[in-house]
Amino acid sequence: MMRVLPNQRQPAAVRSEGAFNLGPPGQIPIGEAREFDLPGQRVAVYHARDGRLYATQASCPHLGGKLADGVVGGAVVICPLHGYRYDLRDGRVLNGACDRLRTFPVWLSTGGDVMVQLEV
Amino acid sequence: MTKQRLVVVGNGMAGARTVEEIVERGGMERYDVTIFGEEPYGNYNRILLSEVLSGSHDPQAIFINALDWYAERGITLHAGVPADNIDRADRVVRGGLVHEPYDVLILATGSRPLVPRLDGLHRADGKWKQGVFVFRSLDDCSRIAGYAKGRARAAVIGGGLLGLEAARGLLTHLPEVHVIQRESTIMNLQLDSRAGRMLQTTLQDMGIQVHTGTATTAMLGREKVSGLQFESGEILDCDMVVMACGILPNVQLARDAGLAVERGIVVDDQMRCVDDPNVYAVGECAQHRGQVYGLVAPLWEQARVLAEHLSEANPAATYEGSRLYTRLKVMGVDLATMGAKDSDDPEDEVILYSEPSRGVYQKLIVRDNQLAGAILLGDTAAASSLVQLFDRGTPLPQRRADLLFPSGATPAVTAPEQLPDDVQVCNCNGVSKGTIVASVKSGKRSLSAVCAATRAGTGCGSCKDLVRRITEWASDGQLEEDVTAHYYVPGVPLAKPELIAAIKELGLRSVSAVFGALTGGLEDAGSKTGLASLLKTIWGAEYEDERDARFINDRVHANVQKDSTFSVVPRIYGGVTSSAQLRRIADVADKYNVRMVKITGGQRIDLLGIAKEDLPGAWQDLDMPSGHAYTKAFRTCKTCVGTDFCRYGLGDSTALGIAIEKRFQGIEAPHKMKLAATGCPRNCAEATTKDLGAIAIEGGRWELYIGGAAGSTVRKGDLLCTVDSHDDVLRFMGRFMQYYREQAKYLERTYSFVERIGIERLRQALVEDRESICQRLDAEIEAAVRAYEDPWREGRAPLHRHQFVSTLPAGDAGERLAAVSA
Repeated sequence: MMRVLPNQRQPAAVRSEGAFNLGPPGQIPIGEAREFDLPGQRVAVYHARDGRLYATQASCPHLGGKLADGVVGGAVVICPLHGYRYDLRDGRVLNGACDRLRTFPVWLSTGGDVMVQLEV
Repeated sequence: MTKQRLVVVGNGMAGARTVEEIVERGGMERYDVTIFGEEPYGNYNRILLSEVLSGSHDPQAIFINALDWYAERGITLHAGVPADNIDRADRVVRGGLVHEPYDVLILATGSRPLVPRLDGLHRADGKWKQGVFVFRSLDDCSRIAGYAKGRARAAVIGGGLLGLEAARGLLTHLPEVHVIQRESTIMNLQLDSRAGRMLQTTLQDMGIQVHTGTATTAMLGREKVSGLQFESGEILDCDMVVMACGILPNVQLARDAGLAVERGIVVDDQMRCVDDPNVYAVGECAQHRGQVYGLVAPLWEQARVLAEHLSEANPAATYEGSRLYTRLKVMGVDLATMGAKDSDDPEDEVILYSEPSRGVYQKLIVRDNQLAGAILLGDTAAASSLVQLFDRGTPLPQRRADLLFPSGATPAVTAPEQLPDDVQVCNCNGVSKGTIVASVKSGKRSLSAVCAATRAGTGCGSCKDLVRRITEWASDGQLEEDVTAHYYVPGVPLAKPELIAAIKELGLRSVSAVFGALTGGLEDAGSKTGLASLLKTIWGAEYEDERDARFINDRVHANVQKDSTFSVVPRIYGGVTSSAQLRRIADVADKYNVRMVKITGGQRIDLLGIAKEDLPGAWQDLDMPSGHAYTKAFRTCKTCVGTDFCRYGLGDSTALGIAIEKRFQGIEAPHKMKLAATGCPRNCAEATTKDLGAIAIEGGRWELYIGGAAGSTVRKGDLLCTVDSHDDVLRFMGRFMQYYREQAKYLERTYSFVERIGIERLRQALVEDRESICQRLDAEIEAAVRAYEDPWREGRAPLHRHQFVSTLPAGDAGERLAAVSA
């Protein structure tokens, strides 16, 4: 069952602009990620097996691999192209040298939908 | 818990390393640490001093810990303060004005150079003559280099390891260097007399003049040294003298404190002084089981044991003595030695290889089928593999020559020290030797840590062995054993057999169940695909497939490309197609705007550049099964024309290839399997360099080869057996595949697997059935064959409505996808 986890409460200072409702988490198969085409940018949203949600920029800073196609485990995604690993909590690369991923706050709305806050 | 006061006397390599190891084991929770260090610096790597002298290393580069390292960890370092005495009754160490009480005391006082008694060493004022040096500290180095400038001739007293390194270093500063050795050969502790003489020739060719059997009696000159006089009465004029005659443990402090001292401070197997349980000694000042060590590797082992013990990471850790391994670090000379240099036991086997014209001399001493000693001069390529055999006491191969000259198609092994720093080691990720060495020097001490930090060896993996050897070399043999290297996957701490046992015993049928039961729920991304592969092999139809544990290729049954599109390779059995099939393929290529149509190396047709969303449609229109070109599984069976048309054909290779492919399509394995069937020994289908290959020979028979490769590694397969029929080829191929599926490590190709297990053992198991497993293997592969389903059928009924969707458009989430109103 879906649990609302502490890191996924709505940010206290949520701004209405830049917050998007992405629909129910079940759109993303459990343990996987999907890319969302939002105005101005694409965002990868991860639906970890423990129920946690994460959101990062959609493509790998290395050579543009689609991170939503990566293997997700715990709070880590592995880029499908060359195996760069990122910590989904802060976007930090875990092997080798690569730029940090942009991450976005993500939480469940009271109606149970996935919400993501983009930078405005 | 109140902290204990840990005082360390000595901030050299042993003292500092011990503290470092204690810190790493969380020991700062238990101890307040204070260090007395005689030199006014942080801690530096003394074994690189000769590199500093020869100018190949900057003095700054050999510092291990600078002063702020200590401060950052809350360690008090009295730099430049030697300890004067130890009061064991009151448990206080005094040094100058500093008084440090202790609960636990570590003596790491090191050693000092042995200075021979020579007439004329001192001037009238009691000091040494100008131009006389020992070679021991960073200061010595800069003084020697400074003094050598502009002078003509230097003499080094002592033809041991350090003396020769000093001589080579001096040669970069002045034109003429002499080495004076009392014994009849140089490096007599490590080399037999033949090797010693050969090394002498090598050094003389480099311009170092060696005088053996020459005892120095006096130094000549008034204020400055001007020459040496020898026992024979002969005289050598020189401008400077460096003494490198060995070391003496610094034990005065311990002796004054009433501790048991012989040659060194006597310690037990936990490095504890035998007469005071609160005092330990480590490094060159310690005497353990009668042995005092002057090399770095033993000192590191001692430091580790002591840290394990004191930090209580493992209070029962014991040090049981070191096996000695030496490398001469002299530019232009390759020399590695370990263990015994001579044998006087007639039971020993001595293996000798000598090539004087190239200065190569190699000698192995084998005792009880273990390596008891080795000398490698002029060619040290085998050193890193030998030192492991030596260290671990591994039983040796029957062909002793393989120890020095690995047989087979393996290319000549390059010794790490011979490679220039800028040479690219990992050709996939562009990682140089220098980067790997820097990573080790920055504190990475296991192969996996180095690989993770540099990405070396994480591409095709073919450089991994070289990365390992460079890492071992750069860490001076102090590589920490990679515990995860023995695990099947890094995130579950079990080797493959134990993991399989646990999975079966606990009935773990899904990847998430494995994490739940074996890692406390901690999911490791890097372990999921390996576990999925294993579970599928163990459980077959009972496996609970979780798609998130698959790599993207296996989720969408196509091979991901650099632009995130996919390639589609339909199954073309045996590489034999038809005009109708080709028309269909052409239509699909047009309909889905395929950007490239490519004939593959495995005789298939690859349609490149298909969007994820178009995959189900393309498959349906092709109406051909998946070619499995994207996964760790049976891939293809390449064939030659065979008997139908070819005038040389001896066996029907196309019919066999088609039969092989119909039987084994979709069989998953630890890595991909590429096959071939070829109709005569001309071997046009290249069956000898395939994971499995069949070659028709005269008489209606087939040779079956396994473990061949012609990719990042090139290896000729080994002949498993020769059989009489297609059915037998299929039977033995299936048997080997199942054995490989069960026994190989994840991502271990057959060429590594066959080499690791050995063809003899494979023949015994799979042909002679010595382990009585063949019937079971045949049944298991048969079950796997029967369970085959074409994965492309999923295109018609996706498991999840977004299985073949990569990007959800903004509209997909319906009207809810709108900016949230406040």
